[in-house]
Amino acid sequence: MKYLHRSGVRGWIKGVLFRGMPGMINCVEFEEFVLSYLDGELPARQLKVFERHMRLCRECREYLAAYRLSSELSCAVLGTPQESVPEDVPEDLIKAILDARQY
Amino acid sequence: MPTKSPKSEPGLSTPPPNHEALEAEVLVRDNISWMLALAQRILRDQALAEDAVQNAFIAGLRGLPTFEGRSSVKTWLHRITVNECLMKLRKQKQLNEKPIDEYLPEFDRHNCRIEAPWPVLSRAEDFLESERTRALVAEKISVLPGTYRIVLQLRDIEGYSTDEVAELLEISPGNVKVRLHRARAALKKLLEPVLRGEVHR
Ligand SMILES: [Zn+2]
Repeated sequence: MKYLHRSGVRGWIKGVLFRGMPGMINCVEFEEFVLSYLDGELPARQLKVFERHMRLCRECREYLAAYRLSSELSCAVLGTPQESVPEDVPEDLIKAILDARQY
Repeated sequence: MPTKSPKSEPGLSTPPPNHEALEAEVLVRDNISWMLALAQRILRDQALAEDAVQNAFIAGLRGLPTFEGRSSVKTWLHRITVNECLMKLRKQKQLNEKPIDEYLPEFDRHNCRIEAPWPVLSRAEDFLESERTRALVAEKISVLPGTYRIVLQLRDIEGYSTDEVAELLEISPGNVKVRLHRARAALKKLLEPVLRGEVHR
């Protein structure tokens, strides 16, 4: 609760700051750039604006760090099959495939 | 007098049937392990994965005579396998549109992000050391609707480009990007208790 209240006042200040200054984006716009940023596809000018927002905005900076970390974890886990695939070549499956193949 | 059968066209050698069968067996033996692993990653089910791989080989072996090295055999089989897996997911209605709004980032009315402060984050390796954490991560990933998980899987794990994923899933590249970003954002939210150390590793 305390945190949300503080965010209310700070949000207002930041809202004014990010809206009123040239070369600034707000957090919603930052969010839209995240994927291109991580893909290295942001043009130089937008990259500058994106990185400036990241320096000034604690929320977006920490959000992005957690986003990257969770992506890394999910890649590591998704990359390994849940049940390990049997090491041995599955002879019965090979036979079924070769039997089913049509000329 | 030349016959009309394409098999005896001049310049085309016709391998004896047992040569062809041998060739098929070599192809299957050389590729079945990685294809099973791939299908298992996408389908998360051993029986379904075996079925998909069998279908992939049958389609693949049928196409083999016309396959002229447009890409490597492996790339070609990879794509056939993914397509067979996608067909299975579609049949199970796992690729249907489902909302994930509840897991997406929140903003206040000034367009400012609402994000509780984070402690210093541990490195990915530290999390991955623990079997329990890996299981938790897998559990959270399974909460993602299939339509988002598959984009994450194909682009981030299987190494397909945005355009290739778009083609495989028959959606626009823009849509792929939106889904990928939402999938990652939702995962971040789902994994928060783990990342914040609120769950015992
Ligand atoms: Zn921000």
